[in-house]
Amino acid sequence: MTAPTQTRQMAYIAGQASDARVNVELETEGMTLNIGPQHPATHGTLRIIVRLDGERVISAEPVMGYMHRGYEKLTEVRTYPQVTTLINRIDWLGSFANEVPFILAAERLMEIEAPPRAQWIRTALFELSRIANVVLFLGDMGVQLGAITPVFYAFRDREFVLNQIEAVTGGRFHPNFDRIGGLKDDLPKGWVDETRGALGRIRSFCDEMENLVSGNEIFQARTRSIGVIPADMGLAYGLSGANIRASGVDWDLRRDGGVGLVHDQLDWKVWTHPDGDSFARYWVRLQEVREACGMVEQILDGIPSGPVMAKVPRIFKVPAGEAYVETENPLGIMGYYVVSKGDLVPYRVKIRSASFNNVSITPWVLRGVYVPDVISILASLYFILGDIDR
Amino acid sequence: MSSPDTTTDEVHETDDAAEPAVDDTRDALVASLADALGDALVSSEVQPGVDVWVRVDAGAWVETAQTLQGHCGMVYFNFLSAIDWQPSPFGRDMDAVIDREDDGEPAAPADLEWGITGGEQRFQLLARVHDPIGHLGVHVKCDLEGDPPEADTWTVVYPGADWHEREAWEMFGINFRGHPNLVHLYLPSEFEGHPLRKDYPLLARRVKPWPGIVDVELMPGQDDADDEADDGEDADDS
Repeated sequence: MTAPTQTRQMAYIAGQASDARVNVELETEGMTLNIGPQHPATHGTLRIIVRLDGERVISAEPVMGYMHRGYEKLTEVRTYPQVTTLINRIDWLGSFANEVPFILAAERLMEIEAPPRAQWIRTALFELSRIANVVLFLGDMGVQLGAITPVFYAFRDREFVLNQIEAVTGGRFHPNFDRIGGLKDDLPKGWVDETRGALGRIRSFCDEMENLVSGNEIFQARTRSIGVIPADMGLAYGLSGANIRASGVDWDLRRDGGVGLVHDQLDWKVWTHPDGDSFARYWVRLQEVREACGMVEQILDGIPSGPVMAKVPRIFKVPAGEAYVETENPLGIMGYYVVSKGDLVPYRVKIRSASFNNVSITPWVLRGVYVPDVISILASLYFILGDIDR
Repeated sequence: MSSPDTTTDEVHETDDAAEPAVDDTRDALVASLADALGDALVSSEVQPGVDVWVRVDAGAWVETAQTLQGHCGMVYFNFLSAIDWQPSPFGRDMDAVIDREDDGEPAAPADLEWGITGGEQRFQLLARVHDPIGHLGVHVKCDLEGDPPEADTWTVVYPGADWHEREAWEMFGINFRGHPNLVHLYLPSEFEGHPLRKDYPLLARRVKPWPGIVDVELMPGQDDADDEADDGEDADDS
């Protein structure tokens, strides 16, 4: 018998033995538990059917589609500028970040480049979306584990960021502000100073969360060594964003392959954590919010003057071709594969959303955990339903 | 087969002088794929400094994934989907008031026109994998034959392909051989049809014209020569 075969057999026997131990010692009957689609831990309408043996999960099967809106089909009958209205609603907590990769893909096909000022403001709004999105996660994770206070702080302090986004774009949640070739408008007067104030609030919020949540003994007991995702599994399942960085993979598209945004001109750091558990995912996101605050502050100091819109045709007829642009969005990698046939409307748009891949690992990672940990793992993977269902 | 570089003449010229004209990393990737796959690598295209596409034979679909994961460091599974290259018989021009002028027969099928790396069949698989250390991604395309079109599953190589293949199965009707659980992902289990196929009508547009159509109407007095709306019937008033 060759060595690899033997190893595999030993692993199989060990797996059988551990299963047998659970079944024989407890002598429990299997039970099917339906979590969702209206469960608070599901951020909307994710439904998970878990098969239980006692308190232990044997298998978990997510059921999606309660919010499927068919955006890939709808983009085929919308002109390019109209598409941004749709894709705002994919990740509805960080809407502006959804628009950026699509607009960049269209710009690549049309061979238009946005003026520098537009790129800088884009990056500022991109990072503000990240803050608005992830701040809510930092509070929400506490709620999932029984601490109700953090989410009130999160909603309170997120408002300062949303106000700044609204001041520029006119929309708190659905800015629809990015245009092919630049931005719809320039910054309003006094915005830069107000934004500095808002970022100060977010920084103190991060400190609060560090003391209140991630330093909390109960929180650590509920998240440390829970839901460990090894780096190779995460990569094979296509996890991205803080989820993969929490498994020790030092990979951030803002640094490694950013296009069209100005992250490479800023001084910042990619945070990783070696553990790959729920706590690591929380901790990495906490650091990323601070990092994003630092980025926006640098952008506020360095926005160049000039126009915010390149010279573009009034009607966008995009030359035939294919382009794929992905960016590091609040939830992870978001990309748009745009196929154009030289028409007013895209021929096909494949939306690669982060949460879809991030959640696809749940059947694997939930196998064998205890029921209460299902909630903390789901919360730490941090998905937005609109980002799964599209 | 011919050299994989034969189709790179379609590379669009960028006016950025700093852009490298030759992309060594991506060329090397295509070359190593050509070594491993031989004739199964049908065509390839490198956009220097931007992206790379390869098109492989359907029989080598899984072998391609194994090569990319095992030998090229492409351990990150990004996405898998499909493209239907048969244009819709209902028309999707924004100039049309409704999708189809009358309730007669659908228009005769238009000729197939493929995008980057060409094609042979109506349905093409499209997948992307990534090297998180070398920071290099590659698109893999594959023509699918048969009705329904069939392909081998990638789940044996990348477990993350599971849901993507289920989505492609329900949206395009592509049958993945060997997939462990090929059931509906988004749509109800009794749903019939494959919505992302181009011949699947978007019923909302058949009932009522899309109100956003005003956005692309010509402004009063605007000459249609300078914008590219290609409606021939207004050409006589110039």
